[in-house]
Amino acid sequence: MQKSLNIDPNKCTGCLQCEMACAYELEGSFNPAHSRIKIFHFEEQGRFVPYTCTQCAEAWCLHACPVDAIKMDATTGAKVVDEATCVGCKVCTIACPFGTVNYNQSSGKVIKCDLCGGDPACAKACPTEAITYVDANWTGLDKMREWAAKTDTGTTTAAAKPSAPAGH
Amino acid sequence: MTWHRKILRVNLTKGTCETEPLNMEWAKLYLGSRGLASKYLYEEIDPKVDPIAPDNKLILATGPLTGTSASTSGRYVAVTKGALTGAIACSNSGGFFGAELKFAGYDMLILEGRAKEPVYLMINDDDVRILPADKLWGKSVWETEEWIKKTHQDPLIRVASIGVAGETGSKYACIVNDLHRAAGRSGVGTVMGSKNLKAVAVRGTTGVKVENPREFMQVAQATKTDLKESAFTNGLTQYGTQGVTSVINATGIYPTRNHQQVQFEGADKIGGEAMFEVRETDGRTNMVRNSACFGCTIACGRVSVIDPNHFSVKDKPQYHNASGGLEYESSWAMGGDCGIDDLEALTYANFICNEQGMDTISFGASLAAAMELYERGYITDKETGGLKLKFGSAEALVEAVELAGKGEGFGKDLGLGSKLLCEKYGHPEVAMTVKGQEFAAYDPRGAQGMSLAYATSNRGACHLRGYTIAVEIFGVGTKLDPLTTEGKAEITKLAQDTTSAVDSTGLCMFPNFAWTLDQYQQLVQADSEGDWSMEKMMELGERVWNLERLFNNKAGLTTADDTLPKRLLETPAETGVGKGLVALLDKMLPEYYELRGWTPDGQPSNDTIKRLNV
Repeated sequence: MQKSLNIDPNKCTGCLQCEMACAYELEGSFNPAHSRIKIFHFEEQGRFVPYTCTQCAEAWCLHACPVDAIKMDATTGAKVVDEATCVGCKVCTIACPFGTVNYNQSSGKVIKCDLCGGDPACAKACPTEAITYVDANWTGLDKMREWAAKTDTGTTTAAAKPSAPAGH
Repeated sequence: MTWHRKILRVNLTKGTCETEPLNMEWAKLYLGSRGLASKYLYEEIDPKVDPIAPDNKLILATGPLTGTSASTSGRYVAVTKGALTGAIACSNSGGFFGAELKFAGYDMLILEGRAKEPVYLMINDDDVRILPADKLWGKSVWETEEWIKKTHQDPLIRVASIGVAGETGSKYACIVNDLHRAAGRSGVGTVMGSKNLKAVAVRGTTGVKVENPREFMQVAQATKTDLKESAFTNGLTQYGTQGVTSVINATGIYPTRNHQQVQFEGADKIGGEAMFEVRETDGRTNMVRNSACFGCTIACGRVSVIDPNHFSVKDKPQYHNASGGLEYESSWAMGGDCGIDDLEALTYANFICNEQGMDTISFGASLAAAMELYERGYITDKETGGLKLKFGSAEALVEAVELAGKGEGFGKDLGLGSKLLCEKYGHPEVAMTVKGQEFAAYDPRGAQGMSLAYATSNRGACHLRGYTIAVEIFGVGTKLDPLTTEGKAEITKLAQDTTSAVDSTGLCMFPNFAWTLDQYQQLVQADSEGDWSMEKMMELGERVWNLERLFNNKAGLTTADDTLPKRLLETPAETGVGKGLVALLDKMLPEYYELRGWTPDGQPSNDTIKRLNV
């Protein structure tokens, strides 16, 4: 079963623990400047939104790379940059419609989310479960459950009532 | 690791920006943040200096845990001689600026001198520039942050700046970072303004490493779990600091109308729960959501939106968006202490304090003092310029906060702070201050430990220098009778020393509701080289406290300044748990001096200085 990062901005408090965890995984230091996941603070609406690569099935970055430095990890489905092959041409950063592949000045290569080999540090570090790592086929399950509960308003009590007189 | 071992020293008179090695001898004695910055200030300035003279210095300092993945790692401090108090000032702020300063590669930024013209400092890792701020002078904190990000084409820059209050000499101007986080107290923003320094902007990309990564990650995780499981810190997540309003008011230690009463009939309308009530007018709640500072897994911050139909913002669409909401102290100072129960007006006043860079506590309490002066007829419409300063008037609050923010009209008088304001109009007894600084939201008559904590606080009246409320009211760890004086000298000393140590780590003090000093110690030990045992941590706290005291003594403060306003010492509380009681300071002070190893005239003895290696 493949898993996907599932992001719920409603739960995000904007603490950046995920950014620290990501950079730590990458380079062994706490450095949000090198994180592959970013939290955006929309102050005027009081919203905090985590954003990172969603690992497109047909990945623009992968197809655009002239040296085939971006490959798919067959186990996780992640599109992974092979640093040894990457020449830092940045074409993938243009091809990606979402801006989630970025150039890293200190390494001269591009960096993007690689799902930490199937155990993403950001999801583990998130204190509010705004970022979770779940069955790729069912990233919508929580939202469905929430709406299912709303759709069902009142029917539980209605169903329970008729059974009561029957017992008497 | 831990420390970058690097200081950035900026001399605004000469226009120089230089780096120098951190004094590691001092770092091993004073750790970081509050402790280490205080040591630098103590060694580098004459404590008798005029706070707003160029010879005063302003130090922005991080701690060894700032910028790490330990929970609440976003703190920095502003240390200087306080413009409000003339005592050593150390104001602590969260948000994201502190961590960014650390990521830029500096443990500390020392600001010296005075620029000839308004300037701001732009730090891009090791590229540091002093740039003209002529386009920023006269602008608010919010406009300043937006302008800097836009001008440098970098939305990831973090900014700490002063508003117009700091430019126009308000005694309690603060330094605001990330729009609504403030190094709030004692007039640290006033000092920044006196240096013609509008803002410090930082972008840091160097990162922070720890000494023992494996151990550190384990301790960081375990201590986060402690926070997650504590009812106290969960309460902070849900209701923020505002959650204590109802308890403190019900106990009867909620200073009301400039400390004339200890319970406020309108407290429930301005507390943590009220922020969740759906407004009839627009169908929304004041509270939008909670928010976190850098690295914080508690997220006590409030994001609020004002009812657009409310009189304070009706014709001001720029205040219809969400922004930083009320904390307990702010809600109390501008609310209960002024007898005002209008949550929307308080939220508006809070926005303006953030926007123009004013300490919400000192502003609110100064307004409360002005209201008492007005109601007693000591000042009239003539002095106030027509402001009807009646207790309970939300209209007066809204007008007053705008004037104070800009330093205009009677706002200029309000910017003097309670002490100078009341002295100016011949009634110093109306000022509810210690060492020139206004009280926080706890009346000491019903929590006797606070009498001592307020009177001996090194930065003037303050709840964050020895929060005996934790044991006297909430029973965190242990519970003491709030009405007696027994054991209070000891608990006050313990709270002061512990807090001094915590404030030197780079973490917030709020985890202390779920942790003891043990957890901080484990984090420091895993993070930092050297020996940071519990014994060392307690010694650190005591050392910092004594160093601050020595600074104040040299600045000319004496035992006569370790006191409380007459109202608290002589007028018994009318209601509440402390009904019939006054603040019994005299019973505790000599014992406290003795426990501290100080002489009866409040000087740390030579033995104490030697023992602590101050």
